[in-house]
Amino acid sequence: MSSTDSRAAIFAAIRANRPKIQPPLPDVPLFDEKALSDLVTAFSEMLVKMGGKVLDPQGQDPVSALRAAVAGKGIIATCVPELHGDASLQIRQILPDMDPHSLADVEIGVVRAAFGVAETGSLCLTDDELIVNTSGYLPQHLIVLLDPSQIVANLHNAYRRPELREHKYAVFQTGPSATADIEGVLIHGAQGVRSLHVLFCPKQS
Amino acid sequence: MSIDNQAAPTTPAGRTNDGAPANLTHGAGASVTMPARGPEPQPRGAIIRGNRPIDQQEAARRFMAAPEHLAMHDQRLWDLRQKRDGQKEIIEEWEDLRQLASDIKTHTLTHLDTYLEQFEKNAIANGVKVHWAKDAAEHNSIVAEILRSKNAKSLIKSKSMLTEECGFREAMAEAGVQVVETDLGERIQQLDNENPSHVVVPAVHKLRTDVAEVFAKTLGSDPNNSDVSYLTEQQREHTRPLILKADAGMTGCNFAVAETGSVVVCTNEGNADLSANTTGLHIVSMGIEKIIPNLNSLAVFVRMLSRSALGSPITQYTSHFRGPRRGAEMHIVIVDNGRTDRLGLEKFWTSLKCIRCGACMNTCPVFRRSGGLSYGATYAGPIGLIIDPTFNRHKYSTLPFSSTMNGSCTNVCPVKINIHEQIADWRQVLAENHEIPAFKKSMMKAAGALLASPKLYRASLPMADSALRHLPRFVLYNKLNTWTRGREMPHVPKETFHQWYKRTRGMDGKKK
Repeated sequence: MSSTDSRAAIFAAIRANRPKIQPPLPDVPLFDEKALSDLVTAFSEMLVKMGGKVLDPQGQDPVSALRAAVAGKGIIATCVPELHGDASLQIRQILPDMDPHSLADVEIGVVRAAFGVAETGSLCLTDDELIVNTSGYLPQHLIVLLDPSQIVANLHNAYRRPELREHKYAVFQTGPSATADIEGVLIHGAQGVRSLHVLFCPKQS
Repeated sequence: MSIDNQAAPTTPAGRTNDGAPANLTHGAGASVTMPARGPEPQPRGAIIRGNRPIDQQEAARRFMAAPEHLAMHDQRLWDLRQKRDGQKEIIEEWEDLRQLASDIKTHTLTHLDTYLEQFEKNAIANGVKVHWAKDAAEHNSIVAEILRSKNAKSLIKSKSMLTEECGFREAMAEAGVQVVETDLGERIQQLDNENPSHVVVPAVHKLRTDVAEVFAKTLGSDPNNSDVSYLTEQQREHTRPLILKADAGMTGCNFAVAETGSVVVCTNEGNADLSANTTGLHIVSMGIEKIIPNLNSLAVFVRMLSRSALGSPITQYTSHFRGPRRGAEMHIVIVDNGRTDRLGLEKFWTSLKCIRCGACMNTCPVFRRSGGLSYGATYAGPIGLIIDPTFNRHKYSTLPFSSTMNGSCTNVCPVKINIHEQIADWRQVLAENHEIPAFKKSMMKAAGALLASPKLYRASLPMADSALRHLPRFVLYNKLNTWTRGREMPHVPKETFHQWYKRTRGMDGKKK
């Protein structure tokens, strides 16, 4: 059978066998009447529960804090303009035509999230933000910049954002890569990043 | 403020050299201290004898005869069930979400052709190549052909129950393709030549000492080191070069969104994203029942999946693939493999609503005490009991009897499949098709007559209870009474409920 014949056979079988009822598609409410007004705090609490950390700028401006955090940590790859043009740092700027494999030796990746989700502490990273998609996965550690004004209350709101319709790739990343496949012992850094830090930093227009 | 180059190993009470802080229980992390157990030889799964009916009880007996494995497995899965309950308590709209999830699936399955057409149209418009496979063999040959056309000899993949169903790895071995599973649990099972024992935690039946033995043999790690962070790191270090050298990547599909043509994959390890984004070729294996109408529906399922499976609010990675990366190719193979037949089974079609969360397994007393491999089928536990017979009514004819009919599976199911009722219905179907042994059948016939008549039933109870109190042990605990294998009978009450009610409330129902 060719794939085309199989397609026809599958559709014929569905039409012959499908239950003869026509229930409507239910409307899905937003379930956000009780959402907390302080989404930054709600987001941060969930992020920590999911194994992520908030990078506290300790009074510095966020970009200076970011530079200090990555100084002397080995190869840094950045998707964000905030880290461009500092000759004192060992910074690799991620460009669209880079080979995905070229990020395998990176210690810390730096990327900006499109938005955050308070319900789960998740960050939405799209192919626009990641530039090369492996920049979210091959580095050992990840620092994610998040504009505090870009946090939605829950996943219902998140799925109404345009990013999920517009991008070829978008991920809700929540904390670092994790596994507990052996006796339930939780380990960070299964295949992806070993740690994830979020730095609140408004996006420069 | 610092970014540690290595996660600082902390040693909280009860967790050995754990890489993550003790207070965290996200992902599949246990919320209780798992005491060190073993070593003990690992009990293996059901013995497969061609097309002969699986003897689940025989394999279960061997699992129960391994006390270290049994205790860990039972504690581990019950903890996941309790974590799930914790999430249910936090989410006020939990029952609304279950109803929505169930209703969305009912709607979608009854309009499956429409949504599959919409999905295909949008996926093609996004630059995806869509293929259709009637069965497992066709799925495997389509993938082999895609790989051959790209001269791809090595494939990295994330976990997919559909590829397990298709015997995919064996088929690729014949086609000369090296397959590397990138999920830790699935990789352990691959290296040990064993099937996954659970849809979400594939190696949950193994002790850390079992994993140390497998890794020592296959990866050359220290056989005497069963520290979990050491073992996990061994796997990371061995798999990463294979990921970087691979010619192609493959993922399963948790949800396929008709409205956008996207496939959604949920993992905790980030291995699906690595598999899909590192090479120039991403192949997706997708069952036809994975379709949901739109992103608003997707929100309901993403909120339910990890909470039901692991008691975690969301998987660490929820990845949406809508089309190929620039310069790369994306293929989706849409597979039937018995699903359209299932859609036509009046009593059983709603089993297609299943989102493979494994909550029914975690809560099932039989599953927790017998291990997933005892079922000898791709799908184990309560959901397996009602899906497996659709693949082979003879071979899996015994499975629907591996249930106590307590209904807990139905209560935790996020899409409200009436699992325990379907188990009962399968027993009836299989009995009618002469797929059950004569002894069980005659007992069921007698029980059926008794249960059908309230008068006979009530009259028989005091007698049976009295008999249970006075009969010698060997009469109850013998070979013919399968109920008492691996179980103790409960204490028998001195009077029946009806006797108690009559004595304390009288005929009018008012308290005396």
